[in-house]
Amino acid sequence: MKKDMLTIIKKEFARFFGDRRMVFITVLMPGLMIYILYTFMGKGLMREFSTDDAYVASAYVQNMPEELSSALRGLSVEWAELAEGETEAAKAAVTAREADMVLVFPADFSAVVAEYEVSDGAAPNVEIYYNSTEAESAKLYNVVGRVLDVYEQSMANKFDVNAGSGTYDLASEKDATGQMFAMMLPLLLMTFLFSGCSSIAPEAIAGEKERGTIATLLVTPMKRSALALGKIISLSAIALLAGLSSFLGTMLSLPNLMGGAETGMDASVYVLSDYLLLLGIILTTVLVLVALMSIISACAKNIKEAGTANAPLMIVSMAVSLSTMFGGTGEKNLGLFCIPLYNSAQCMHGIFSFQYVPGQIVVTIVSNLVCALLLAWVLTRLFNSEKVMFAK
Amino acid sequence: MEKILEVQGLKKTFQLSAKQQKIEKTKEKFKAAVNDLSFTAYRGEVFGLLGPNGAGKTTTLRMLATLIRPDQGDALLDGSSVVKEPEAVRRKIGFLTSELKLEEFFTPNYLFGFFADLHGVSAEEKQQRRERLFSRFGIDKFAEVKVGNLSTGMKQKVSLVISLVHDPDVIIFDEPTNGLDVLTAKVVTDFLMDLKNQGKTIIVSTHIFSLIEKICDRVGIIIDGRMAECDSLEAVCAGKSLEERFFELYEEKVGKIE
Ligand SMILES: Nc1ncnc2c1ncn2[C@@H]1O[C@H](COP(=O)(O)OP(=O)(O)OP(=O)(O)O)[C@@H](O)[C@H]1O
Ligand SMILES: [Mg+2]
Repeated sequence: MKKDMLTIIKKEFARFFGDRRMVFITVLMPGLMIYILYTFMGKGLMREFSTDDAYVASAYVQNMPEELSSALRGLSVEWAELAEGETEAAKAAVTAREADMVLVFPADFSAVVAEYEVSDGAAPNVEIYYNSTEAESAKLYNVVGRVLDVYEQSMANKFDVNAGSGTYDLASEKDATGQMFAMMLPLLLMTFLFSGCSSIAPEAIAGEKERGTIATLLVTPMKRSALALGKIISLSAIALLAGLSSFLGTMLSLPNLMGGAETGMDASVYVLSDYLLLLGIILTTVLVLVALMSIISACAKNIKEAGTANAPLMIVSMAVSLSTMFGGTGEKNLGLFCIPLYNSAQCMHGIFSFQYVPGQIVVTIVSNLVCALLLAWVLTRLFNSEKVMFAK
Repeated sequence: MEKILEVQGLKKTFQLSAKQQKIEKTKEKFKAAVNDLSFTAYRGEVFGLLGPNGAGKTTTLRMLATLIRPDQGDALLDGSSVVKEPEAVRRKIGFLTSELKLEEFFTPNYLFGFFADLHGVSAEEKQQRRERLFSRFGIDKFAEVKVGNLSTGMKQKVSLVISLVHDPDVIIFDEPTNGLDVLTAKVVTDFLMDLKNQGKTIIVSTHIFSLIEKICDRVGIIIDGRMAECDSLEAVCAGKSLEERFFELYEEKVGKIE
């Protein structure tokens, strides 16, 4: 039995690693693609949200009040005075990205403001027209808004909030990074593992059934359980490689995506033991996923049908990993960690956010292993079933 | 003569799908593909199962190869029961049908080793057998070419050789020449005669009269899942051609052929 299982595993590896194209497409490409994609996306986003310091904005202003004149003229903006009635044309220029802003003060702004009491109701209104799709315009909107805020506060300043120059967010950089990773990675990781498994399991089981090569194995004296376990183990190993490649690509490029050195995000906040626990979770999750997909594939008539039948499984694994984004971690009923896939997503979230409980990890790994064995038994039954293997 | 295969009252019923019911123009939910079938094959002979499409030939051979379980009856293959000791039976037979395919990615050489391992053949024997079979059937020349790149005839040879990795005494072959051109069909029949000369027992199924006449010692005519006649080729023919005898029997059992 053990010997036959090894023979099957050896054959599956020979099949996979003997095919350089397949290795490239299923293992190397996902990681590489993710790395390149995220890095470029990160670079692109940075460019989109960053602005040129030397840029001189062009803006229109109506009824510029004396008190604000020096502050506003101090900005790197070319202000054009706007007469009454020209507002609409100027606004159109902002929409067309030809100008960055139209700033409209009420006539006699200083006098109106000086006379105004809060109990009077409607306050005098300053209108700032800008274009949020134009980075320079959006930036100018913030800057001008701040100038006006400062002026408003200077007129009736009772207290300040966070006006000092210190750092007020006391979260450690490690926790901030962890929170970021914990939010994104369970879903991404689960997606990668799923796609790693689904790129090989249907082919290796439904494909072999469709092509009639599995029937050739069934006429040998080999035990069906050896075939089932051999398939699950070898396919899991390959799927694991594919999943790890995507994972590596993500860990290395996520900081690039989130702003790199500026945000201080770095995968090195995790230590070896975190990674080892994660590996244990990933490994057993892949076993469960591959076993589930093998069963689906064994029942399917061909690869196409197997692929289609995998879709609900995908929805479930996406849903459980999305669920980690809501609801906290920490003290949860250990029984919940017996539910395959859900437990994996929860553990991943826990590990990334430094909030896991060792017991949860142990329960998850053990229950995943038990689950994979049960599924292997089901697969054995299927390989033994003439209705499944030799249906007409 | 030593009995090597004793088939005793085999029966197999299939549940028909709605599609099959339509094709077969029947309202019956079940169909007895093989019904109370018995026959005996002796060591060293070529036994032919002759029957029209749907007669139950493939179903019978699959039961003998333990791929499907009979509903009733049993068959003893060199003393092992197909129902109770399927693994022992699989060890003793070489089973071949056109539905059993080899993985196209691998070479004949690799596959030979792989199947020899699954059959538990020792390394030494594996090497000897490989050399003997590969040179005898001319596989040496393409032993390292992927199966996917071989011609149909070459593939068939490789399949045949691989079904012999464990040197079985009984070879079961469903429709050996179906879908093959004349040249490839000749390769296969020569191969079978060769095996017979080595003292192997061969069970083949076919609907081709000439194949039976050419290679079989004894023949069983199977119609609608039942054995209509089973004896030596001469006795079954009784002076007529096999074809004539077959249609006589068919009209006797089923009625006039429209
Ligand atoms: N797995 C199955 N499910 C349902 N019906 C089946 C199955 N296998 C065979 N049958 C039916 O049993 C009958 C006998 O089929 P079988 O394949 O044994 O015939 P055969 O003699 O080999 O015919 P052929 O010359 O077409 O190969 C047919 O009516 C077939 O439709
Ligand atoms: Mg048939």
